[in-house]
Amino acid sequence: MLKALRVRASQGTQFITDLRKAVPLGFRGRPRISATPCNGCDACVSACPTNAIALDPVRMDLGRCVFCPECVEACPEGKIAFSPETRMGARTREGLVVAEGTERIDPVATSKELVSMFGRSLRLRQVSAGGCNGCELELNAVSNVNFDLQRFGIEWVASPRHADGLVLTGPLTKNMADAVRLAWDAVPDPRFVVAFGACAISGGLYADSPSVDRSFFEDVAPVLYVPGCPPHPLTFVHAILDLLGIA
Amino acid sequence: MSSARTLLVPVDALPELSVNEWRHDLAATLRAGGRVVTMFGKSNDDRVVVTAIVERVSELTPLRTVVERDVGYHSLTPEFPSLHSFERELHEQADLRVVGHPWLKPIRFERSGPKGRDGYPFYEIRGKEVHEVAVGPIHAGVIEPGSFRFMCHGEQVRHLEIHLGYQHRGVEKLLLARAPDKLAPLVETIAGDTSIAHTWAYATALEALADKAVPYEIDAARGVMLELERVGMHLSTLAGLAADVGFLQGASTYGRLRTTAIHTSMRLSGSRFGRGAIRPLGIGVKLESRPDLPATANSAFTTADLRRHLKLLSDDTAIIDDRFLSSATVQHRLMGVGTLSSALAREIGLVGVAARASDVPCDLRAGAGGVYEHHPIETVVEPAGDCWARARVRIGEVARSLAWLGSVTDALSPWNSTQARVGSLLPRHLVVSMIEGFRGEVVHALETDSAGRLTHYKVQDPSFRNWLGLALAVRENEISDFPICNKSFDLSYCGSDL
Repeated sequence: MLKALRVRASQGTQFITDLRKAVPLGFRGRPRISATPCNGCDACVSACPTNAIALDPVRMDLGRCVFCPECVEACPEGKIAFSPETRMGARTREGLVVAEGTERIDPVATSKELVSMFGRSLRLRQVSAGGCNGCELELNAVSNVNFDLQRFGIEWVASPRHADGLVLTGPLTKNMADAVRLAWDAVPDPRFVVAFGACAISGGLYADSPSVDRSFFEDVAPVLYVPGCPPHPLTFVHAILDLLGIA
Repeated sequence: MSSARTLLVPVDALPELSVNEWRHDLAATLRAGGRVVTMFGKSNDDRVVVTAIVERVSELTPLRTVVERDVGYHSLTPEFPSLHSFERELHEQADLRVVGHPWLKPIRFERSGPKGRDGYPFYEIRGKEVHEVAVGPIHAGVIEPGSFRFMCHGEQVRHLEIHLGYQHRGVEKLLLARAPDKLAPLVETIAGDTSIAHTWAYATALEALADKAVPYEIDAARGVMLELERVGMHLSTLAGLAADVGFLQGASTYGRLRTTAIHTSMRLSGSRFGRGAIRPLGIGVKLESRPDLPATANSAFTTADLRRHLKLLSDDTAIIDDRFLSSATVQHRLMGVGTLSSALAREIGLVGVAARASDVPCDLRAGAGGVYEHHPIETVVEPAGDCWARARVRIGEVARSLAWLGSVTDALSPWNSTQARVGSLLPRHLVVSMIEGFRGEVVHALETDSAGRLTHYKVQDPSFRNWLGLALAVRENEISDFPICNKSFDLSYCGSDL
């Protein structure tokens, strides 16, 4: 009993009271592309392992970006920098593109339809199809004592039968292709899919692997994209709360 | 001298043994108490170049032979079960005939794809009271996929067959498709929770091939990131184990301590998983030595901050460890469950935490050079081989890693990111590099051609060798204890599936 009390005292209060204001210091999050003139040298483009950067004007596709520091180090003009900002989710693929001069961060558009159905209670089933356990650990962290997403009525469930939506991680391997479809078929209507992490959104580092089969996304378009490699739990928190118009 | 274990040999200096000599040398090494660190094949038309890296006492030796693909060779697995996975992989990857292998089943369905997977030849036990329980590939949690088939008699598991491959993403092929010095982001996702160990093994291999060495400061920074990764993941496993036995105070406390550990990695490297922290010939970590610096939004992370994080982790893990280890619930559920004897652990070639919990004192950090030579770390070994022992090894290693980090931090000068050009690689060389990741030894083996281009990249996560340990540990246990057995091993699916 005394030992339990000691643990309790050491634990203190761990949950982040206002998730919306939390800033993970030092985190390599949302990139900022400064107005410094680009000399068109291509160094960032060739340094990028996932072809996430395009020039003229300089823009980055966060759906491909793995948030490695290579482009920052490659650019002789210091045009690209990563910030600790975690708000990066979007409803469309185009919404994930960060361009020069887009300093303003638009929240993910709230879906009236989803709010009416899931605004007060949402159950999600995660399926990993080639995820490296980075995304899986971060999605677990979403419900730990620090982030505690359950406070908003959003929880993970064990079966797709109990779920309102699937959160997919990984590039969708060939060997998981049919299991992903089976899981999707098992989710009762109304339902939706969230693509979590660069692999799920675009194939990421595995986009051109012959062992990947992304045909599922040709049939089912995600309603939400959560970028990162892996995404920070707060990126998921902001995106899902925006989508459902919570807090 | 680097902390990583390396072997660099010119390919032309490798004696090409006849198949019989090769088998004989391999068998003699194993009979004399040596072990095989890795074994891999490279197809060359209808011949397969097979290389085994053996460890005799503490010396690494490559044994190479060339086998006719269709003629093959007689499997060594019947006498040395520790080779079973290597020979299965040889058969699958290089289409090499391996005669007399008792369990020559596919590992990742690399060539056969889903069709091969659906036709997987499960072991069967027949009898009136016997039933099978199939679980997966999708499991009841936020985890990776894999398929488990339990052969049960009542509630008791008689045999568990684990078949993986669902996570196969073609890592080894992609590693050869890109520029050798630009592979770090990909290597970081081989097993995303082991980013540091895999990237360190990769960086060391490339540095050896470039005939360049890194200064001690870089080695020390890598060591700090590796031990932080170990602390973070061991705490994650302990939180999971606590949750699986319904000990919720353990789950929440170990869970939040993991947050502190990975936040320390994030403050140093920009990523909670240490992504970007290690590059060939460089590091991407930043640590300043300015104790006077105010803690504002853009302030740097200082040695004082690092010390403060480490102190909190040491103080608070000691409190929860004491509670966890003395809790009747935890003891009752973990003791005597999922036992793997030391003899069996050695026989099947277990590595890392799982081996050390079965009284096999293997830890690459013991006797390593670099930062581990200046700051030795004691190997934690437990004799019992059960879930309790695996938990205790993790608890012991967290404490020792934290103490180690403390002593390294005291001797640290500030760091900044550094990078250098790798340049051209030595032509026709074979390099093997090994790092003790949190699960066990991570092995990378690379080979270059006459132009210094990579022609082979073999990746070996410790999980590849250890999954069989889990399968054997659950025998004669209640099927309801499977989750805690699984968590106590906490192996990687993607690291094994590549």
